[in-house]
Amino acid sequence: MAGVNARAKSGAKTFRVVVIALASVYFLLPLVSLADFSVRFPLTGKVDANAWLALIAPDDSGRLDLLREGLFNSLVMAVMTVVLAIGILLPTMMLVRLRLPKLSRIVEFICLLPLTIPAVVLVVGLAPIYAVISTKILDANTIWLAFAYVILVLPFVYRSLDAGLRSIDLKTLSETTRSFGGSWWTVLWRVIVPNVRSAIVSACFITIAVVLGEFTFARMLARTNLQTSLFQINLSDGQVAAAVSLLCLGLTTLLLVALDLIVGLGERRRARTLAPVTVED
Amino acid sequence: MSVAPSVTPTHSRDAAPAASRRRGPWLSVAGTVPFFAYTAIFLVLPTLLVVVGAFRSREGVFTLNGITQALSERTIGIFINSLVVSAVTALIGAVAGALIAYALATAPSGSLMRRTFTAFMSVVAQFGGVMLAFAFIATIGINGMVTRLMTQTVGFSLDPAMLSTLFGVGVVYIYFQIPLMVIVFLPALDGLKPQWREATANLGGTGVTYWTRVAGPILLPSFLGSYLLLFANSFSAFATAAALISQQTIIVPMEIESALRNENDLGMDAYAQALALGMIIVVALVMWGYAVLGRRASRWQA
Repeated sequence: MAGVNARAKSGAKTFRVVVIALASVYFLLPLVSLADFSVRFPLTGKVDANAWLALIAPDDSGRLDLLREGLFNSLVMAVMTVVLAIGILLPTMMLVRLRLPKLSRIVEFICLLPLTIPAVVLVVGLAPIYAVISTKILDANTIWLAFAYVILVLPFVYRSLDAGLRSIDLKTLSETTRSFGGSWWTVLWRVIVPNVRSAIVSACFITIAVVLGEFTFARMLARTNLQTSLFQINLSDGQVAAAVSLLCLGLTTLLLVALDLIVGLGERRRARTLAPVTVED
Repeated sequence: MSVAPSVTPTHSRDAAPAASRRRGPWLSVAGTVPFFAYTAIFLVLPTLLVVVGAFRSREGVFTLNGITQALSERTIGIFINSLVVSAVTALIGAVAGALIAYALATAPSGSLMRRTFTAFMSVVAQFGGVMLAFAFIATIGINGMVTRLMTQTVGFSLDPAMLSTLFGVGVVYIYFQIPLMVIVFLPALDGLKPQWREATANLGGTGVTYWTRVAGPILLPSFLGSYLLLFANSFSAFATAAALISQQTIIVPMEIESALRNENDLGMDAYAQALALGMIIVVALVMWGYAVLGRRASRWQA
């Protein structure tokens, strides 16, 4: 019986190692190729770092202006989206939890709705709205797309904040603050925000990752963001596009890894700080 | 009068919460207005514009022009392309992803290999769009690394033009479908209790019995649910195909793009909205199926 078991175990191990090894090769191959592509001149096969150097070169006669514009717009929109999404959602979620529990289902439904509506569909409905925004209210600047990006990140921001608020005793914290004479502003800014800091940070990171990777809205509404400018640059300079793609991927990976660490740390710290409270009870 | 000062504070302390409780609901409701107003403008209104706009001309008159255009033979062909590429890449992604997830599930849950590879999968699942298209062009495109290495070593290579066909788009989609499957299916596999396998063995069942009569039926709803998620994922994808193919429209999102960006024919608005409505219907059906399967799958996750 033991022999059979051991054989089954080692069989499972071989299977596991083979599958994971094959999968790793498959998933790494395009990334390695992308790196190779960024340094190898297509016609001659000459290897140089020109595409990478061009990114930091102070002057390249406007070759990369579009890319700089796209990157700038995307960074500005990332900040705008973070501020708007959290600024709208956090007070609402706090109010709903404390005062209006009946609204919690509808708020959740609205926040998760964008997961089921493809971006291509949403942008068709956004086109007439942006026509009004660019002609009557603001202008055709790319950065106003951030308003629509808030909708795209709503599900992710909701989920992080929901997890954060779930893990604290919102009612006791706010009642304590209120009974010490603190205003609602104090409750939000001095009590809730510091307690859900890790949830806010993770909401920020996922928002930045989504905004930097967004292509559909910008392309369909003919605006310039990082991805649409990459798309354009690729037509004239594939090597630079490859180099920037790798940089982007590296940055997104860093954000996601940092996110994972922060969530992990937050959970551990919460477990530590909550323990004495339960003992005192 | 000397009592008054002590009474007044108590009174006011009692009254304040009572008053705020009376005024409270309305004040609190007022506090949620920014959220509801914002989502009304940027989420609900666009969705309504799509649904209503599909039946309206630019002048606001009821018309079926958009719908008729969307039901033309050419457009139906594009919808079929989209459905086929989603169905096939979801199937391949689901099978390959389930296999990888199973391999991961056999590892102890804290093991370094499992943690690293799962993290790698969640990064790769995010890696879509334009940049993924570039990566595949750099791999099996005309100047791609694999193309070059294959011609140097075995003297032939995959046809680089393949990348700008529906088949090529499918090949690239599989790259983000597999990791998504690994992420969504791994929890279901982790939910299989070793006791179930032991119980099967104790009752005289073989490994085959276990997989066909116990684990299979338990995993089936999760598997099908994940399949639907993958289907919706590639059905809504746009950027990858847009970066691979520039000359023709082969999937619905690309047709929406050409209708939306067509500035010569303003009547194309209703067509774009009808196409979007078609996508909403497909995705709604898929998500309904996903919800039903999710309820079934959760029976075994207690």
